[in-house]
Amino acid sequence: MCGICGCGQPEQNHAQHSHHGHEHHHHDEHETERLVRVEQDLLSKNNRYAEQNRAYFQRHGIFVLNLVSSPGAGKTTLLVETIKALKNDYRIAVIEGDQQTEHDADRIRASGVPALQINTGRACHLDAHGIGHAVKALNVEDNSLLAIENVGNLVCPSSFDLGEAHKVVVLSVTEGDDKPLKYPDMFHAADLMLLNKIDLLPYVDFDVERCLAYAKQVNPDIQVMPLSATRGENFAVWIDWLKHNLSVKDAA
Amino acid sequence: MHEISLLEEMREILQQQARRQHFSRVRQVTLDIGKLSCVEPEALRFAFDVVMKDTLAEDAVLVISVSEGIGVCQNCNKRMSLESLHEPCRHCAHPFVNVIEGADMKIKDLLVV
Ligand SMILES: Nc1nc2c(ncn2[C@@H]2O[C@H](COP(=O)(O)OP(=O)(O)OP(=O)(O)O)[C@@H](O)[C@H]2O)c(=O)[nH]1
Ligand SMILES: [Zn+2]
Ligand SMILES: [Zn+2]
Ligand SMILES: [Zn+2]
Ligand SMILES: [Zn+2]
Repeated sequence: MCGICGCGQPEQNHAQHSHHGHEHHHHDEHETERLVRVEQDLLSKNNRYAEQNRAYFQRHGIFVLNLVSSPGAGKTTLLVETIKALKNDYRIAVIEGDQQTEHDADRIRASGVPALQINTGRACHLDAHGIGHAVKALNVEDNSLLAIENVGNLVCPSSFDLGEAHKVVVLSVTEGDDKPLKYPDMFHAADLMLLNKIDLLPYVDFDVERCLAYAKQVNPDIQVMPLSATRGENFAVWIDWLKHNLSVKDAA
Repeated sequence: MHEISLLEEMREILQQQARRQHFSRVRQVTLDIGKLSCVEPEALRFAFDVVMKDTLAEDAVLVISVSEGIGVCQNCNKRMSLESLHEPCRHCAHPFVNVIEGADMKIKDLLVV
């Protein structure tokens, strides 16, 4: 039974709910039609779950990152390398979102930390309700780092707050330097941008300065870290940022 | 396909409302979509019948109205209509305009029996 939302669904594999798939209709053809007011925002429901999650994370000292990017920008690789750097000193758990397969969660488990895969099926983003259940199912420990790898998609994950402390957008240099202008909502919603695969800069036509200018244009407060997840260039900057945030959280 | 999850939310709201406002079937749903909400009306229409199949809103008609986007400039404080998010101010060209209306998607009312 769902302790978070009282929806009566088992805890796992519960990203969608349909409750009772089939409603039994009565024969009320004789009744007259009437108009009922609803005035309910469909987009706001996710925000309510997100606020619940955020309060839960705060109470339990869980520092949560929501990683978003196009498919293949390097989120899982980045997480695996991050886990290697931090797992001896910090508790870490990972939630993986993909439309299909357990591949990413398997890669994370192989690096030695608990991971739960949410298969979103037709849906192209994770939502706050599914995250609430995943956190329970994973039994995320107090005072840990929880990384959520969102579905590879630069569009709709931007409108679904999960209750995270930071939305981190990963952009790789093989994708083109104008991505921030093409997907402004995502770069507007994120507060940190990891510019990944900088080891490939000599081989691609990617103007880092121009990309940063575009990112600042849609979000003047965005922080940017160019790095390489596979070669380790500047990776320490990211690790230091994480350690700093984890210690600030502990002091608070 | 984000439209499917929005419609699944809608289906849940309809079921809640049916209990609260005592009705058993929905004949028509009136939906107001803000121009800046990143929701595609055509995609919603397309998925509506599929998601509502075998529910209290099977065969219901979906009526969509699109409401205007409205913003206020962070620099000159003037109000203006917006066609998209991240449009510069049309009065002073300042790049940041706060969206105040048109980013939501609301079920307004239902015709029920
Ligand atoms: N050259 C180079 N390749 C990288 C780097 N980071 C990741 N890759 C490669 O990019 C490919 C995709 O990496 P993933 O980590 O699977 O990307 P992802 O964002 O998790 O992908 P999805 O989950 O499918 O969205 C793999 O072949 C990685 O080895 C990097 O810094 N440099
Ligand atoms: Zn639930
Ligand atoms: Zn991945
Ligand atoms: Zn989506
Ligand atoms: Zn202005």
